Amino acid sequence: MATPMGYDGVVLAVPVTVPYTRYSPESAQWWLGRALAGLAAGAGVPHPAFDGLSVASFSMAPDSAIGLTQHFGLSPRFVDFVPLGGVAGMVAVRRAARAVQAGDADMVACIAADTNAPQSFRQSLENFSRFSQDAVYPYGAGGPNVSFALIAQAYMEASGLSRAHCGKIAVAQRDNALKNPHALMKKPLSLDDYLGSRPIAPPIHLFDCVLPCAGAEAFLILREETARAQGLPFVRLTAAIERHNAFPADPVMLRGGWARDIDTLWSMAGIGPDAIDLVQTYDDYPFISAMQFEDLGLCPKGGLAEFIAGHDFTVTGSLPHNTSGGQLSSGQAGCAGGHLGIVEAIRQLTGAAGPRQVAGARRALVSGFGMINFDRGLGSGAMVLEAA
Amino acid sequence: MTDVLQMLSGALASGAVRVVDLTHTLTEDFPTIVVPPEFAPSAPVRIERISRYDAAGPAWYWNNLSFGEHTGTHFDAPAHWFTGRDQPRGTVDTLPPEHMIAPVCVIDCSAESARDDDFLLTRAALDAWENAHGRIPAGAWVLMRTDWSQRKGAAFANLRADGAHTPGPDAEAIHWLVHERGILGFGTETIGTDAGQCDHFDPPFPAHHYLHGAGRYGLQCLTNLHLLPPKGALVMAAPLKVHAGSGSPLRVLALVPEQGEKP
Amino acid sequence: MTPRRPRKNPLRRTRQPLLPPAACSRKAHLLTAAAAEGRFALPRCGACGAYAWPMPEACPNCLSIDITAADAPSGAVLMSETRAEVPADPYFRERAPWRVGLVQMDAGPMALVHLHPAPVPRDRLRLTLMLDRAGQAVLYAGPENGGDMTIDRQWQEMVADPRGRRVLITDARHVAALPLAHKLAAAGAAEIFMGLPEDWKPLENRAEFAAVPGLRFVALDLSSDRSVEDLARAIGGKVEILINTADHPRPGGLSAPAAATHARMAMEVVAFGLMRLARVFGPVLAGRGADGDENAPGAVAWVNVLSVFARATAPEMAGYCAAHAAALSVSHSLRAQLAGGGVRLMTVLTAPTEDAWFQLAPQPKVTGKALAGAVVDGLMRGLEEVVAGDVARDLLARLADNPKAVERDLSQGKL
Repeated sequence: MATPMGYDGVVLAVPVTVPYTRYSPESAQWWLGRALAGLAAGAGVPHPAFDGLSVASFSMAPDSAIGLTQHFGLSPRFVDFVPLGGVAGMVAVRRAARAVQAGDADMVACIAADTNAPQSFRQSLENFSRFSQDAVYPYGAGGPNVSFALIAQAYMEASGLSRAHCGKIAVAQRDNALKNPHALMKKPLSLDDYLGSRPIAPPIHLFDCVLPCAGAEAFLILREETARAQGLPFVRLTAAIERHNAFPADPVMLRGGWARDIDTLWSMAGIGPDAIDLVQTYDDYPFISAMQFEDLGLCPKGGLAEFIAGHDFTVTGSLPHNTSGGQLSSGQAGCAGGHLGIVEAIRQLTGAAGPRQVAGARRALVSGFGMINFDRGLGSGAMVLEAA
Repeated sequence: MTDVLQMLSGALASGAVRVVDLTHTLTEDFPTIVVPPEFAPSAPVRIERISRYDAAGPAWYWNNLSFGEHTGTHFDAPAHWFTGRDQPRGTVDTLPPEHMIAPVCVIDCSAESARDDDFLLTRAALDAWENAHGRIPAGAWVLMRTDWSQRKGAAFANLRADGAHTPGPDAEAIHWLVHERGILGFGTETIGTDAGQCDHFDPPFPAHHYLHGAGRYGLQCLTNLHLLPPKGALVMAAPLKVHAGSGSPLRVLALVPEQGEKP
Repeated sequence: MTPRRPRKNPLRRTRQPLLPPAACSRKAHLLTAAAAEGRFALPRCGACGAYAWPMPEACPNCLSIDITAADAPSGAVLMSETRAEVPADPYFRERAPWRVGLVQMDAGPMALVHLHPAPVPRDRLRLTLMLDRAGQAVLYAGPENGGDMTIDRQWQEMVADPRGRRVLITDARHVAALPLAHKLAAAGAAEIFMGLPEDWKPLENRAEFAAVPGLRFVALDLSSDRSVEDLARAIGGKVEILINTADHPRPGGLSAPAAATHARMAMEVVAFGLMRLARVFGPVLAGRGADGDENAPGAVAWVNVLSVFARATAPEMAGYCAAHAAALSVSHSLRAQLAGGGVRLMTVLTAPTEDAWFQLAPQPKVTGKALAGAVVDGLMRGLEEVVAGDVARDLLARLADNPKAVERDLSQGKL
């Protein structure tokens, strides 16, 4: 496999979060529009100046991205639609980065948004995938909880990860979320709360689960010179990987696709995991974050228990992790969950994270994971961002 | 002659003449004649609703009615039996209307039939009846009272492994009634003018054989025969005018003088 | 005497039927067909021989589109398990917790399965392909060495176990009626209503019927609207399994002396009779698909015992074959109607039976006992399509292979 060309000159800027709500009567298009307006305001340009549009959403049917160009008065020369859930952010960035690097576009608005009505979670489950329709929903396993419980049971047994370890991750994220005004979860969470929460599908319990909500996340991808010309604070993209259906022969998912491309990631970034100041993992469940710690090389395979015990994951800790509170405490706004970590990393690396700012943050590792099509999450990706 | 009808009207109005209904209600579960299954059976009575003030007909009630010609209280025309096939006016549509009203003699065999399911009406019994009530007039109906009509369902059909066990006339008796007394027809309370075991008689089905062979009629599944005097009543039996029909369910009415009255 | 079912609390609303998710790809119905017959089959590539799961449109191994539902090894190993305590789907939410497992099949692929209470991870399993309440083919995993499936309420959701249920058999005069009553009583049926058409005609083995625990006769003549409606009025709400045995077998080709009369009667009993039953019993059964509880389970199945001649015509029984073909068609409509309540419609296609009407049919014929066994076995396994008798199986296999040859054979009187 060829070593990919670097992302030299590609930067990310203008982190936008449209504040989440548990339920919304508005459509996904409404949320996408708010995010686009936020990008224009943040960039200080009229929105038609965006000549690239990348959209991730599950709930914007019957539209696809191209319909939005007319809807929002855009005339882009690059358009992308990535309804890929938790890995959408990684995929969107890699494609947009190459487009701006090659001059196919100057400024790509990367937006992820989903709305959420009381019935929409169930409805989106019912239409998620052909394989799920045929071989998951009929088993009472609609929604990811049961499928992840089956993975979690096997993974926790194989890795020595305990519920208390998962609890430590969740509790630290809640601690971080309390410093994030956008986070939906406002009450502190103790380890006892976590351990005592009711079973959803053992070993998955209530505080292992995200709260589905409505919301949007967005940022711009552009060349460094464009950002400088606009006077925008930016972060550099130094490495990015993605991989789908990485280990089809593994009977149960005990590792993600990161494990296959980890060397590429760190060699592109030119640093090792030790040089990272903060990590944003894809946290649909704490045990999946733990899996990323292993697969991204933050801790050695088999060393999870020790690794988790040895770290403080709050914004003031030894390894600040999911500093916005992550999806577990901010909420999961559908596809926006895959962009959440990127937006938060841009804020942290541009010093815009307010009360949850990680002091001296220079390098962030962000990862994504998504699309449990049948028995495992198919998509995985990761990127390294560096402060300017 | 108008006086006769006026007198009848008056007698009906005063109750000096009563109208007795000799008919069973036509129901779906009334037993019908059973033939060996290799022969074609009669269709049962079926009453299927078309509508009853409902979505199928909001303001009206009506049914579809289907049945075999020999179901319920019914009339046998001469053409019903092979011996009557060449009789002129042998089907119900060609039946002379004047035959539809006729005097009736009632032979009470109820006590004997209560004792013996296979009771047979014999020539001797007919002689005894004539000794008591006088000669059976030509052109009269002769009805065999057995009180069988008070039985229900299985007891009425009275089927056993060797067939039905029900009373009826023996061959000699029916032959005598037809040929020596010139009766209009013979009627019973059972399913059939013949006894249940008549297939063993000579000829088989003698009532059918002789009655229809001579152009006479049958009535069966009659009821209320206990309300008739041995002699002196009139029977009105008008089958449906079914094209080339061998018989039909019908309403059978009797005009009965109050006791002591002479019409 | 079997203890009567506890009386229903008249103050409680009858639980309305919900169904598990019913969406299914067209291709996956290849598995539905196998499950309906109780065959274990998995998607298999005809080109490379690899098994796949879930049903693919192209083989993930070689991209061939030659995918069939093929017989497959039914063993598996349990990799992990969980209980869905709060499923999003309303059907499962109402029945939570629901145990599922992730298994590695001996055939290769991984699968999510409905899981018996006993197995723990790394245990060997035996898989069954079953129809769930929505009529979807699903995998059920039980202990490898058998074990009692009937103790599992998840299994019970997918089968039509007569235990505790009240059964209506529509015609006592069918050769299978008495053996059915015996087998159902042995299987724990709470009550057996035995339909008796024209009860003014003798029933030879009446005493033997009367000796069956929990059996009582009810007047029922499928050729009469009134009779069927009256019975539904009396016991419609008490029937959890309906087994329609009404028949009118009479030999005779199209030109036989009594052909029209017998054909009409066969139609009245077999085809129109089924429609009459469906009209009044169908909605009640469908409405009670989720009624009751484990002690007094709700409506679950409707069985139509039909002749295999519904599928292939024996010209010497022209009217009879036509009536059964019509009834098979009605049966499909009824299946759609019952589906809303999750009530299974099972069609039993039988070979000529061992009775007077099929005296001249060649052996092997199906005894009443064997036919009853096939019906009860089908109920216990939750099947939709049952074939009783080697002659019927052979005929259907030949029909699938070469329908014209079967037509010619039957026209020459060769079964």
